[in-house]
Amino acid sequence: MKHCEYQQIDPQALSTPTPTLPPQHAVVEEEKGETARRKWEVFPGKNRFYCDGRIIVAQQSGVLPLTLGLILVTTVLFFVFDCPFLLKHLTVFIPAIGGVLFVFVVISLLQTSFTDPGILPRATPDEAADIEKQIDNSGSSTYRPPPRTKEVMINQQVVKLKYCFTCKMFRPPRTSHCSLCDNCVERFDHHCPWVGNCVGKRNYRFFYTFIVSLSFLTVFIFGCVATHLALRAQGGRGLMFALQESPASAVELVICFFSVWSILGLSGFHTYLVASNLTTNEDIKGSWSGKSGAEDTGNPYSYNNIITNCCSVLCGPMPPSLIDRRGFMPVEESSQTVATEIELAAKNEINVCTQGTKDLLESASRSPCPQTGKPQTVSTSCPDSIDPADPAVTFNPAVTPDPVAVPSLKCGGRHHSHTTSPPDEPRQQHHHHNRHHKTRSTQSSSKRAALHISNPAYNVSLSPPTSPGLGPSHATGAEDHRRDSFAALH
Amino acid sequence: MAETHSLQELQQQAAVASKVYVQRDYNSGKICKFQTKFPSELESRVDKQQFEETMQTLNNLYAEAEKIGGKSYLEGCLACMTAYTIFLCMETHYEKVLKKIARFVKEQNEKIYAPLGLLLTDPIERGLRVVEITVFEDRSIGAGR
Repeated sequence: MKHCEYQQIDPQALSTPTPTLPPQHAVVEEEKGETARRKWEVFPGKNRFYCDGRIIVAQQSGVLPLTLGLILVTTVLFFVFDCPFLLKHLTVFIPAIGGVLFVFVVISLLQTSFTDPGILPRATPDEAADIEKQIDNSGSSTYRPPPRTKEVMINQQVVKLKYCFTCKMFRPPRTSHCSLCDNCVERFDHHCPWVGNCVGKRNYRFFYTFIVSLSFLTVFIFGCVATHLALRAQGGRGLMFALQESPASAVELVICFFSVWSILGLSGFHTYLVASNLTTNEDIKGSWSGKSGAEDTGNPYSYNNIITNCCSVLCGPMPPSLIDRRGFMPVEESSQTVATEIELAAKNEINVCTQGTKDLLESASRSPCPQTGKPQTVSTSCPDSIDPADPAVTFNPAVTPDPVAVPSLKCGGRHHSHTTSPPDEPRQQHHHHNRHHKTRSTQSSSKRAALHISNPAYNVSLSPPTSPGLGPSHATGAEDHRRDSFAALH
Repeated sequence: MAETHSLQELQQQAAVASKVYVQRDYNSGKICKFQTKFPSELESRVDKQQFEETMQTLNNLYAEAEKIGGKSYLEGCLACMTAYTIFLCMETHYEKVLKKIARFVKEQNEKIYAPLGLLLTDPIERGLRVVEITVFEDRSIGAGR
């Protein structure tokens, strides 16, 4: 059974070389045997699970500890140093309101961080084979391989569905693949390092509650502290005297002053998005803002009514988690699917390698793409600007020589140093490189104020390229992966 | 003469001949809806009318789950007031309908599809992407259909 389990993970290991098991459960793979495993233990994405699958977070918690810490510190200082004075001189409602806001902020933050954002489980090998068959059938007679997109009509508008090479399925509308978490997420908004998770369909309302209540809290604390200092400075004693008496207030003032602009800005931006039923991803890419000047390029998902839009986004039915973290792995299926998976694995490795290399070469030749202002950390990526019908870009299952001869090794590093995440196809090969995104986001925490003014997703794009410290581990990982891939070709 | 299989019998003994996938139909937007087009691989196995009826009922159930109306708004607002902690205690409307769907799929399998050597997989187990229909080898087909 242990052998079967390892085999089962293997085809998915094309894209995720090492399954992300939390350390305390690493031994489960050894004992295996009769104990059925829960699905979260073999989850192919780069997420971590706690409490036996009840809590899900991204692989790197980003700056979540910092976010929590700042909120806690500021609020505790407020309650300890400012509240007693204000309670005595003003009203008891001040600490009460502060308390309620604080509770709201912390709960919504934790829910945003620990909830499954709407991850789509990857296609089973049979499904993937079926889709491949359909795609091949549709264009097998022509010399040109079929493009990996599908068009659907939504609300009298043509929407292109892309094929996700990592998850092996056509992405539903508004779904995007997050390279940091290596999952397709429904209604993908952005990956927020402050929260340490993707923001998608299921946790967008928590995220929105978080930023709105945090804005209120920040403004509230700022106002209260300013009042406190003003009251102390009354009678001609001056501000300096007030600050000397209550130095903690100065700290709070500074923190609040710098955060209030960015958080208020972010709340405003997201209120606009909610009212027009857009995602950050779509807004950045300008998917519906009439790029071609066509009049009917509007948002097909909008109800054209602000109230309806708000209600459907924030108060709509809460969809369930599709990845069923705590379900048990079906034992029979694992052995049955091993054979098909091994076959598929061989085929896919060839496809992945050639497609990956091909796309890397493409993107290498299009160097301006990743350096544009567009922060495409959310991996809908460079190939976006390419028309999928473009022959140079379409998927070719056979190995085709490409005019630009840049080896995949170099491209990984290249993608890495650029701010955008690599496109779908090469992501599988350069999976390890994504680790660097996280270091970058932690490095960028020092630029907090500036970062908050724009979308948090921009964090990754503002930070400097790879840290040398991670070089060795990254290199070995990537090498192993490449070795496996190339071995399959022989 | 074709033997009728029970659900358990099928799952334990019969060999899987092939799997047919019914994909999502996105033409009505993002709501969960599956294509009702009858797959050609099933032509010899099941009645077209019956199959389309099953798919239509399934689609209707999903539409009910995702319906945006007074009840769902109430649930949403209540959840917002309680900082979404209510989700820890209460089952959402969607989850209730999903249970209904699971019961429906099981019932359809037992009554209609298992005797024909087919097995419908609840779409939630495939991430609401496809309806997977497992076609089992029907070794006992005599005259055949």
